Amino acid sequence: MKTEILHNFTSRSRAATADEAQRGKFRSAMDFLIAKRAAQFPDPTEWAELRESGQQIRQRALAYLPKLLVQFEQKAQQNGMTVHWAETPLEANQIIHGILQRQQVRTLIKGKSMVSEEIELNQYLQAHSIQALESDMGEFIVQMADEKPSHIIMPAIHKSKQEIAALFAAEIDDTPYTEDVDELIQIGRQALRQQFFNADAGLSGVNFAIAETGTLCLVENEGNGRLSTSCPRVHIAITGIEKMLENLADLPTLLTLLTRSATGQPITTYVNLISGPRRADEQDGPEEVHIVLLDNGRSQAYADVQLRQTLQCIRCGACMNHCPVYTRIGGHAYGTTYPGPIGSIISPHLLGLAETRDLPSASTLCGACGDVCPVKIPIPELLLRLRVENVTRAGTKDHPAVMRGQGAKYRLSEKLAWQAWSLLNTTPALYLASRRSAAGLRHLIPSVKAWTQARVMPKIAPQSLHELIKAHQEQKS
Amino acid sequence: MSARAHILAKLTASHDQPGWPAPVALKTNPPRTINAADQLAQLKTMMAAAHTEIHEVSSENWPEKVAELTQAKNLNNLLIAPKTALGKQLQAQWPVDGVTLKYDLHHSGGKEELFFSVDAALTSCRSAIAETGSLVLWPSPAEPRLMSLVPPVHFVLLDAHNIYPSLTEVMQAENWAAAMPSNALLISGPSKTADIQQTLAYGAHGPKELVLLIMV
Ligand code: SF4
Repeated sequence: MKTEILHNFTSRSRAATADEAQRGKFRSAMDFLIAKRAAQFPDPTEWAELRESGQQIRQRALAYLPKLLVQFEQKAQQNGMTVHWAETPLEANQIIHGILQRQQVRTLIKGKSMVSEEIELNQYLQAHSIQALESDMGEFIVQMADEKPSHIIMPAIHKSKQEIAALFAAEIDDTPYTEDVDELIQIGRQALRQQFFNADAGLSGVNFAIAETGTLCLVENEGNGRLSTSCPRVHIAITGIEKMLENLADLPTLLTLLTRSATGQPITTYVNLISGPRRADEQDGPEEVHIVLLDNGRSQAYADVQLRQTLQCIRCGACMNHCPVYTRIGGHAYGTTYPGPIGSIISPHLLGLAETRDLPSASTLCGACGDVCPVKIPIPELLLRLRVENVTRAGTKDHPAVMRGQGAKYRLSEKLAWQAWSLLNTTPALYLASRRSAAGLRHLIPSVKAWTQARVMPKIAPQSLHELIKAHQEQKS
Repeated sequence: MSARAHILAKLTASHDQPGWPAPVALKTNPPRTINAADQLAQLKTMMAAAHTEIHEVSSENWPEKVAELTQAKNLNNLLIAPKTALGKQLQAQWPVDGVTLKYDLHHSGGKEELFFSVDAALTSCRSAIAETGSLVLWPSPAEPRLMSLVPPVHFVLLDAHNIYPSLTEVMQAENWAAAMPSNALLISGPSKTADIQQTLAYGAHGPKELVLLIMV
């Protein structure tokens, strides 16, 4: 089923571009976010310095990643937290399920976590009779509609307030239809309050994990992240292994880059720094804190210094906000947890290139994503690299097998056609001969049906440039 | 091999590949020299922009101000932390009867009361950050985390002497890295969301109103 979803990128994006209402919603949402971000970085010198520091902090952390993970684990344990490691989504799900089972938890209240989407935790728990309830308003809406987030920061960006009003009226007891956003939010608040009160366990994502102090940093505006992590007696945090920072002193720079790039806020309403469960004399806070460190293909990206830059990402979403492709097709067309430019460079590591073969081409290479990335990930370069990996057979001498699913788009006929093309153009005699038979040239061009859907097939001129010049010179002399 | 060993082995095998930029020492910004008045002004501007209600008070008259606001806002009750210095002063100087509640989650029904019948709470804060308009709270046994989160109105008392230019400065000055509390918090306004059609709405899950009392 997953394969089917992923391989349908072309048909999904075609359907999405035909949906004018949806395109309008994305266009206005992206314009809003672009303007808000721009207002936060008015000074180009400050922006340049900040993102330079941001890049260096992330690259320094990645340089020491194995050491930092061990240091983080030690510190977190000293602070009274339990650290778990998972290589695959299944392992992560089993770990979380195990904790909930031991605690006899039937309902899990969730703060926002894209990694939990990545491992499809809700579905896994549901299959094991545990209800996972999203409490971020956007996620709450998306879960109620039985959909997936279409943006990593604003999960319900694809829905209009009319759609949300209808959804609430239909799904929440005693709720009249209202398009008043304040009222809708209050309805959501009331619906979730009882759940926070009842929940025995809460789950959250992690924006940064600080190795020096064994601290989890969580950034949010609503307070649902704070509630999920301080109200229930068990708190489980899940994060990719790349989210490590070396020092607490690294945090301010990344925090300011993250919140300004993501939603154009100087800071979010809440920055929550969690360094352990409740201490002996404290009245609230969880009695147990568990952290799940997930690999799921990240160590594959880490193995190659060019692709490793993917892991610098702080998930601000700015690249998708500025992407002309994302704006037109929306997040669902990608069929992956992380859409847009960051999704196109990270998903191949999480799911394998065979499953995500179309994503590296889902870009105009206009460069907007690379220009706004606050940690200077050269996204267009990485997209090109993945396109090469797509058509390179694994194990050939210039391309050691790094990527799972390498060579997904490799076709011998295409390879031969390009080899012939190159031979033709670098061998004058052959070139001349081929010029005399334009038809001969045309059949060497690989199938261009898709290409000509939006373009006119060029006609081969009756006379070549060489012939024209020759004729011109003869005329002159 | 355990997942831990496997992941670490994979990372270690590739961590010092040539080509990855060598870590450089980051330049640390010299402490900013913003004078106290400017810091206060900046804090107020930023917090007001984030929808915070701000009042200047003195170290003597603030309990009266809290009482006045509690009445003006028609609040039925106010949760306080009785064992803190601020809780003691408030109780000593509280001019009206019957509206303060004392925080005790251990008490049966304490949590239920907190969730469903408390209108407002008053907490202290440790320091504040001018640059972003943020309050620094380190919840404690006497003043637990949910006080600043669950009730719909949150009053905070800040001593203007504890304002720092930026997060970096406050972390350095207070040497956070040496001993982090179980939960440290920056609060920069009332709870909000823009998840429905980018329309800003306050009071998503946390307080709908943040009322800052600055002792100048
Ligand atoms: S790749 Fe860069 S711009 Fe995109 S989400 Fe990550 S940090 Fe933000």
